[in-house]
Amino acid sequence: MLINKTADILASEITPKEIYHQRRRFLQQAAAIAAAGATAGLLPYSSEAGQKITNVKKSPLSTADRLTSYKDITSYNNFYEFGTDKSDPARYAKNFRASPWTVSVEGEIKKPAKYQIEDLLKHFPLEERIYRLRCVEAWSMVVPWVGFALRDLIRRVEPNSRAKYVEFITLHDSEQMPGQKPGLFGAGLDWPYVEGLRLDEAMHPLTILAVGLYGELMPNQNGAPIRLVVPWKYGFKSIKSIVKIRFVEKQPLTTWFRSNPREYGFYSNVNPTVDHPRWSQASERRIGEDTLFSPKRKTLMFNGYADQVASLYTGMDLKKYF
Amino acid sequence: MLSPAIHKLIKPAIFVVALVPLAWIIYRTVNNDLGANPIETLNRYTGDWVLRFLMITLAVTPLRKLTGWNGLLRYRRMLGLFAFFYVCLHFLSYAWLDQNFVLTDIIKDVIKRPYITVGFASFLMLIPLAVTSTNAMVRRLGAKRWQTLHRLVYAIGIGGVVHFLWLVKSDIREPLVYAIILTLLLGYRFWTRVHSSQNTVASGTVP
Repeated sequence: MLINKTADILASEITPKEIYHQRRRFLQQAAAIAAAGATAGLLPYSSEAGQKITNVKKSPLSTADRLTSYKDITSYNNFYEFGTDKSDPARYAKNFRASPWTVSVEGEIKKPAKYQIEDLLKHFPLEERIYRLRCVEAWSMVVPWVGFALRDLIRRVEPNSRAKYVEFITLHDSEQMPGQKPGLFGAGLDWPYVEGLRLDEAMHPLTILAVGLYGELMPNQNGAPIRLVVPWKYGFKSIKSIVKIRFVEKQPLTTWFRSNPREYGFYSNVNPTVDHPRWSQASERRIGEDTLFSPKRKTLMFNGYADQVASLYTGMDLKKYF
Repeated sequence: MLSPAIHKLIKPAIFVVALVPLAWIIYRTVNNDLGANPIETLNRYTGDWVLRFLMITLAVTPLRKLTGWNGLLRYRRMLGLFAFFYVCLHFLSYAWLDQNFVLTDIIKDVIKRPYITVGFASFLMLIPLAVTSTNAMVRRLGAKRWQTLHRLVYAIGIGGVVHFLWLVKSDIREPLVYAIILTLLLGYRFWTRVHSSQNTVASGTVP
């Protein structure tokens, strides 16, 4: 492919970096074991999806829209790693192992680290964020996510001046994710799934890493144990089951863009005035709320978050950078 | 091959079986069992059955020739009409449930979206075939003209599969299955035609 993923690491850096990582890992593990011992029983996290999360604060950034039902949110999913039918993820993600889970944070930062999922849950204050989710397929939901602001993590790892974009990568494990198995034509996507944001988008207070929904740990089919949620962009930007977060200088080559650059842009902001080449984005179907005979609702610019995010794109031609 | 009495039984049996998909989706609708996106479910479901009935209809002639069971031809019209019946439901689910009969939106969609253009064109082409499906119409048109007109079904089959192929986001496996079936069904016709015309030429040269 066009991107050489090791290009941004100097050859001279490799050995010291390895040793550095090993030390960090050792220290982290030691700290995690100590912390687990000290706070056993108080941790908001154990391994079971669906378990209640405690100490979740409400957020003023939540919408007042009516919530989509837990059933619909957990049974109608696009998560091609488990199959391309909407019902496949709920069916085939049942035995997915979301614990233990490590998220590697690396690239153009001063403090690269490998975080155990438990650490992330401990370090960052969890909030409930009720967001609209608008799929590129012209349907939408309202999901009460539980998560923390991505900016909190970013500040902690201290990006350097070369960090312009953040790249996210999903687990690549075809044993657990049958949709990743190579086959005749397959799902038509290259694995692992890659997404990306501009650094300022990643730093926006609306952008969260979600670890649960409806007050419970993230169901497997929704991207357990940790996923991105960027409510003003089409749903596929909100990458699931993240194992790696890389800070990079160049715009990441994201999965759907690579699959069809004419249809899926890097930005993929919800925009009723820029249609998908094959269907209209002017309106949407709200899952679970509309009856068979009610009309679709108008799609809002930036999915209704224009007041908060429009300034990120001042002066940009959104038809060109769709 | 079969006695007329059995034919008389087969026909209503096929009729009833062909209505089972409709009964099933009505049952699911009444029981609120159409999933999170009921309109999409109805639309996909009816579309699937249009393609299935088109393939079944197009399979009659090859099957008849391969098995020598000419009686199969008696069921072709009904099968084709069921394809038409399900395409009407498919279109209705789109125009009514998805678009709420907003004509300007529908027209825009048909013009702007290639997969809808192709699907709609195939639907339109199926109308004259349904209208001229009666015995009286066959007589009125004359067998030869009737047959020429009804070759449109090849274009309709291709249009239907392309419609599906252009609609999916990245997983083309399902439309590909239809494409392969259709290629076999049309390929068979092409092959027998080439073959028989060669035979004709060959036999023509022999005194």
